[in-house]
Amino acid sequence: MKELLKDLNKAFENRIRLGIMSALVVNDYLDFNALKNLLGVTDGNLASHLKSLEKSEYIRVQKEFLDRKPNTKYSASDEGKLAFIKHIKAIEQLLK
Amino acid sequence: MNQQKYIEDLKDIKEMMNKSSKFISLSGLSGISAGIVALIGAYFAWITIYSQTGYQDFDRTLLDIGQLIQLLTIAFVTLLLAVSFGLFFTRLKTKKLKQKVWDSQSKTLLINLLIPLLSGGVFCLLLLLKGYIGLIAPLTLLFYGLALVNASKYTISEIRSLGILEILLGLTATYFVGYGLIFWCIGFGLLHIIYGIIMEIKYKS
Repeated sequence: MKELLKDLNKAFENRIRLGIMSALVVNDYLDFNALKNLLGVTDGNLASHLKSLEKSEYIRVQKEFLDRKPNTKYSASDEGKLAFIKHIKAIEQLLK
Repeated sequence: MNQQKYIEDLKDIKEMMNKSSKFISLSGLSGISAGIVALIGAYFAWITIYSQTGYQDFDRTLLDIGQLIQLLTIAFVTLLLAVSFGLFFTRLKTKKLKQKVWDSQSKTLLINLLIPLLSGGVFCLLLLLKGYIGLIAPLTLLFYGLALVNASKYTISEIRSLGILEILLGLTATYFVGYGLIFWCIGFGLLHIIYGIIMEIKYKS
């Protein structure tokens, strides 16, 4: 049991972070507004969760300009994908 | 208690993956309306083609330029109507699901649909210019089926089986050259209507 719990990632315990990672692993990238619409959360809330995922290097952030407006693209890093898959596998094991 | 939370988590993950990567607001009604428009279009095409020859010579008809232009006009109007109805019903549904019609999901869906569809369309127009009329109906079905199969990765999975059916129909029609209009009615009319009804029941909006 202890072994199984070890694989559960604290970073994905939160619903919103779980949602962000789920969306990012199946898409090449999503921008801030797309994530906001998908998750239905406020700007500030989303930003803080993105920040924390960025800090643990699970997501990559790319800033650029689209029609002179700043646009931020988020994508899952390889490390993030790996951690996420491990997390899902751990949940599945737990439920067996 | 804890277990319930993890089951919820898995459900959330799956839903988010689907919602973020696929365009799920395709409306069954748009399928039904496209089918009906196609049948009406086919009826007008039938009148145009067989107005002079009569249907004793069903498998051998020569078209003059006037008829050809008339047929192309019918085809264009049919396509325009089918697409507009489709967009209209899809718009209604996206409003209900609070999704956008024009977002990254629908863009990927459209691009992947259009690549095989436009290549097929241009190919058929070239055949028309060269006078190979008999093969056009089977080929449009074939390319449409391929386009649907290709696009199905980005929307509800039923589109894939609809695509496979259209491909089979296109291949069958290639064997029975000359009965293209009948196969068109089945492929673009009947199949769309049946699929629309199935989708409407399954994904009750």
